[in-house]
Amino acid sequence: MNANAMSNFEIVAREDFSDVTYLLEVRHPLMSKAAKPGQFVIVMLNEQGERIPLTIADFDRKKGTITLVIQAVGKTTKQMQQECKVGTVLYGMVGPMGIPSPISHAKKVVCVGGGLGVAPIFPQARGFKEAGAYVIAVLGFRNKDLVFWEEKFKGCCDELILCTNDGSAGMKGMITDGIKVAMAGHSDIDEVVAIGPPVMMKACADATRAAKIKTMVSVNPIMVDGTGMCGGCRVKVGDQVKFACVDGPDFDGHLVDFDDLMLRLSRYTKVEKEAHERWSESCRMAKQVGAHALDALARGRAGQAELLELPDPFEDAPGG
Amino acid sequence: MAKKKTIRTIPQERTPMREQDPQARAKNFEEVACGYSPEDAQRESERCLMCPDEPCISGCPVGIDIPGFIQKINEKNLRGAYDILTDTNLLPSICGRVCPQENQCEGVCTVGDSLEAVAIGRLERFVGDTAIKEGWVNIPFIEPNRFKVGIVGSGPAGMACAADMAKAGCDVTVYEAFHQAGGVLKYGIPDFRLPNEVIDAEINNLKKFGVKFECNTLVGRLFTIEQMIDEMGFHAVFVGVGAGYPTMLNIPGDSLNGVLSANELLTRCNLMRARDFPNFDTPLPIGRRVAVVGAGNTAMDATRVSIRLGAEKVYCVYRRSRTEAPARAEEVHHAEQEGVEFHWLTAPVAVLDDGKGSVRGMRCVRMELGEPDDSGRRRPVPVAGSEFDFEADLIVYAIGTNANPIMGQTSKLKLNKWGYIGADENLATSVAGVFAGGDIVTGAATVIEAMGAGRKAARSMKAYLGIRDSALAYSQADGAGTLFGIDTRERNFARVRIA
Repeated sequence: MNANAMSNFEIVAREDFSDVTYLLEVRHPLMSKAAKPGQFVIVMLNEQGERIPLTIADFDRKKGTITLVIQAVGKTTKQMQQECKVGTVLYGMVGPMGIPSPISHAKKVVCVGGGLGVAPIFPQARGFKEAGAYVIAVLGFRNKDLVFWEEKFKGCCDELILCTNDGSAGMKGMITDGIKVAMAGHSDIDEVVAIGPPVMMKACADATRAAKIKTMVSVNPIMVDGTGMCGGCRVKVGDQVKFACVDGPDFDGHLVDFDDLMLRLSRYTKVEKEAHERWSESCRMAKQVGAHALDALARGRAGQAELLELPDPFEDAPGG
Repeated sequence: MAKKKTIRTIPQERTPMREQDPQARAKNFEEVACGYSPEDAQRESERCLMCPDEPCISGCPVGIDIPGFIQKINEKNLRGAYDILTDTNLLPSICGRVCPQENQCEGVCTVGDSLEAVAIGRLERFVGDTAIKEGWVNIPFIEPNRFKVGIVGSGPAGMACAADMAKAGCDVTVYEAFHQAGGVLKYGIPDFRLPNEVIDAEINNLKKFGVKFECNTLVGRLFTIEQMIDEMGFHAVFVGVGAGYPTMLNIPGDSLNGVLSANELLTRCNLMRARDFPNFDTPLPIGRRVAVVGAGNTAMDATRVSIRLGAEKVYCVYRRSRTEAPARAEEVHHAEQEGVEFHWLTAPVAVLDDGKGSVRGMRCVRMELGEPDDSGRRRPVPVAGSEFDFEADLIVYAIGTNANPIMGQTSKLKLNKWGYIGADENLATSVAGVFAGGDIVTGAATVIEAMGAGRKAARSMKAYLGIRDSALAYSQADGAGTLFGIDTRERNFARVRIA
């Protein structure tokens, strides 16, 4: 192993799944060798940037790359959407962080991914398949336009249940409806793994509680360092307080206090919104150079209202 | 030398150091203590008696020749003073600022028996700062050897170890998980106490020695300690990752929004520059009333950062009395001057909810001091029926840290019962070739103690690698009972590589 294989965090590929969701493939040979399903990275876009945790969606040991699927919800992720082109570099990317997801000896597993959570559930589905399990993927999106990686999942899953809120692709319904279908079809499910927005993971845990099916979830709270130092990512799991970055990020979904998690995720909503407004305003101003000042201002205000509209709660992802 | 000085002939008063006015500095992040002028330093150097028993040297964890460098200041030979300092301490600007001198060199100073002790720390800082200003670097003659040494963590322990190993001719790489090197000096200690430029200057000096720094590298997860030895070609590894896992109080309301660890507050403000939000992206809404729990140096930093970020009221809540407060006296004094309100003998009972998941205040109980406990300090006991509430919208816990679990999770290093890395008196761990020191071995301590540990580990590593270091003389007694710094009964010799 060569320590000089350190990366300069170059972006080698990018794919846009929709207006809000995009994929970045970052060159980091050493990390691609170390990464395991369930782990995450912390990314800094530039020197002034914040550190944002992103779950590793895939890793390619041959190409030496790490794949991230990101949703543009806040200032940083929108700025990344705008600035991260193939050939550009990130200021920093550290990882793989967190305890890898235990790929258990379960014989039949349901891998549930909601919205953006579809990406990080992929390495787990593949991991279970490689471990010899029968893998059922339940993927949920808001509508047909947001669907991604359907084929990729088909390649490693025995069954795929696709749900959309409006029924424009797959079955119409919430992701929990998809889980119910899987549970109705199979009475011998050993484990459910769910990744997505907290509200979705909460619903998944509730859906399997009665049947007492082991349900693992991957939480993504607010973090600064990702190494157990700040304690910002603490979550209540049963009667214990755990740090998601070093004690997780995977926990027993039946024990996680999701209400507490969601509350803590809202901690910086106000300042985050302000930062976002300021940034989108400055972007607009930059674009309007040369145009009539008043005109620019007016258009800036109009556009702002639109941007402030929160993304679909179904896909609402924390951080960034 | 001139005629012998006596306690009567030296300047009686300790030379004061100019400080920023408390009102002005409470609004900025510039350094509080402005440092000595050359005249100040000259006058203070007069106060050293050059006493023959030199208690200050044994009071210093790294054994700096204190009378020696003060003598050079007195002779107006600042370069000479710097040379003496850097023989034992490569980071004088840092240590001069953050060492608890009152418990170390100054605490045992002979002058201190009858007058105020010589201001050794201030003189050290003066020399270090002069060197940075003048661009002095002492690069010793280094004869490269074939050993590769890995250092995990770029805090004070790692920096000190890296310096010694580089001086001994090793190829040294320091790994840091954050995007900037410096460890606790960068993320923890605020600029008004230790400016980032000073840290960067000291790190640049290490780079001039040939030390390589690799940031964004989480050892344990990106590669393990064992991989460093087995696959990456490191002949020895030093682990100085600190003890950064913050303790929460475990009282009702702990998880409310607005309750955070001092580590988080300080990291956001110092390393992530939340104080320059929105020019920097990391937010830190400070609230109107901030209550900091604890009275160590970290707690003082947290109170003073909160004041500078614009909090209207900052309280410091501590369950013991001022006498027991672990912070340096100067820090408590500075915090007081800047308007921090101290509530001694007060313990938090619960954090109060505003009904929307955020903090509204804190419920506390008055304490009184009972019999001494294990630490020798009088144990605080709650006074029945003395509970009271006060308003606050940000609660900061500065009540200590635990061992970081990552090393334990990812390596075979033996841990002690508290989760810290187990190390023998030579700082050798249970894995051959791997040494550890600083907070990850001892639990949270001071910068200079960590540096002392880094240097001690370096000495053991050199013995382990069979490097003879002619530049420095070490006491023979330290090596007794061990072979190459390894306890013969405990070590697995399979991996030992001898030059």
